[in-house]
Amino acid sequence: MNWKYITGIIILIIIIIAYIMVTSQNNYVRVEVAGSTSVQPVASQLADAYMKKHPDVKINVQGGGSGLGIRSVSQGIIDIGTSSKGLNANESTGLKQYLIGKDGVLVVINNNSQLDGLNKTQIKDIYSGKITNWKDVGGPDATINVITREDGSGTRSVFQKIVMGKDKIKGDAVVLTSTESIAQSVKGDPNAIGYMSLTGFKGDIKALKVDGVYPSEETIFNGTYPIQNPFLFLTKGEPQGVVKDFIDFCLSPEGQEIVKEEKVVPAS
Amino acid sequence: MSKTNESLVEKGLLITAISSIILIALIILFIFWEGIPAMQSYGFFNFVFGMDWSPSDNQYGVFPMIIGSLAITGLSLLMAVPLGISCAIFLAEIAPNSMRQILRPTIQTLAGIPSVVYGFFGLIILVPFMRVQFGGTGFSMLTASIVLTVMILPIIVSVSEDAIRSVPYEYKEASLALGSTHWQTIKNVLFPAAIPGIITSVILGMGRAIGETLAIIMVAGNVVQIPGSIFDPVRALTSNIAIEMGYATGIHYNALFATGIVLMAMIIILLVIANYLHYKKKVTIGGGYL
Repeated sequence: MNWKYITGIIILIIIIIAYIMVTSQNNYVRVEVAGSTSVQPVASQLADAYMKKHPDVKINVQGGGSGLGIRSVSQGIIDIGTSSKGLNANESTGLKQYLIGKDGVLVVINNNSQLDGLNKTQIKDIYSGKITNWKDVGGPDATINVITREDGSGTRSVFQKIVMGKDKIKGDAVVLTSTESIAQSVKGDPNAIGYMSLTGFKGDIKALKVDGVYPSEETIFNGTYPIQNPFLFLTKGEPQGVVKDFIDFCLSPEGQEIVKEEKVVPAS
Repeated sequence: MSKTNESLVEKGLLITAISSIILIALIILFIFWEGIPAMQSYGFFNFVFGMDWSPSDNQYGVFPMIIGSLAITGLSLLMAVPLGISCAIFLAEIAPNSMRQILRPTIQTLAGIPSVVYGFFGLIILVPFMRVQFGGTGFSMLTASIVLTVMILPIIVSVSEDAIRSVPYEYKEASLALGSTHWQTIKNVLFPAAIPGIITSVILGMGRAIGETLAIIMVAGNVVQIPGSIFDPVRALTSNIAIEMGYATGIHYNALFATGIVLMAMIIILLVIANYLHYKKKVTIGGGYL
């Protein structure tokens, strides 16, 4: 019955090794960041740059959605919450907000289309199903193929809030799950309409003027392009120590330069 | 010493075998643990037979997606089974050796291509093609089924081919000796004798088809509706979980696990039916246990 002892010893060794591996990471100052998936890439870049300068700090950036970011930071689970939407009065209680950048939601169509602008009401009617043919908004006589994002997506919630208001996006709109797949299908379909964030826009499809304003870094920066959203860092109360230092870094010219490199419109 | 060694190996193997069972049990337990609350609070029948899925309005009905999953799987099997079996018969019986040496690795490579590649291919090539040929958006049940057909074909072909090849050579000899032609031999002797193996290949293909997620998300359009025709977009149960899991909280989160329960129940029912057919066919052949 030797094997009992041997397996016992092996299991013991595994447990000890696992314990050591788990506990040995305590030498760092850890900062936990979580929230919006659209803020995540730029937040990761900022965190990497900061960690390069401060090797004793470990910043862990996670996704999960704006809602999760707001909730977790209010509960004190994480140090910094990120959000890609403005907070309402209820959500912002006790939280300090830092605007690190701005993003816009572009309404995109195929390059071959003659159309170059719509107003918000027309976009809303197309997405709610009141307008189903391009000829009603000055295009050719063809059915509009409406493409939307999945329920819960940050881009969708910005679009819903600013364009749709209380109306619902029609049920038979095709649902795609990433910025890239929207871009690809709009690129291939002359009758499609979709929406996507500025950060993912590469120029092989056409971004529409909304209410006469073409979306660009400038018009988003000065607030004239209507469908835009802030990238926010949130802390519970006044940030302290490393957390404060990191946020200061993000708002500094150096940090804002990184924000710009990620195609997010800088806040200042 | 060799005796302890022997028992050490035996126990080790026993532990690995048990751990796989424990893992499955834990997964099932976890899915039920997370999913049951949604079914309880929303009502089992409302959940399974509900027509509306709209988490922002607290509507959690998965029926259109059950139909979606079944329809996509059924349609792809309808295309893949005849194609796959014909291909298997050709490979096993008709193709000359040199051709087989090229065809077999090619088909096996198809099985190794990751599903996201199939999905991307579908999105870039197939969706525009379908839109031009049949109108609409191009995202449809048919598009998804075609992508799935290509994905499950290698499984059906290679398993069926093995089944046909493992029919004892005496069967073929006897049939030919009685004066039947090659085709008559294939049709009346080899194929019936290989049926259990062929059914296994279909079961495996069906399993892959119903569980496939990523490729389907990219080409099926993901609209929650009962498709009126094969050109309408649909959403499968698996897609529903994958699309919304990242954002879901509270009851929505539980509802997605409950979707998983429905999916598992569906797969179990289909497996039971398929295994029953398999078992029945085995008996009717008599000695042909393969």
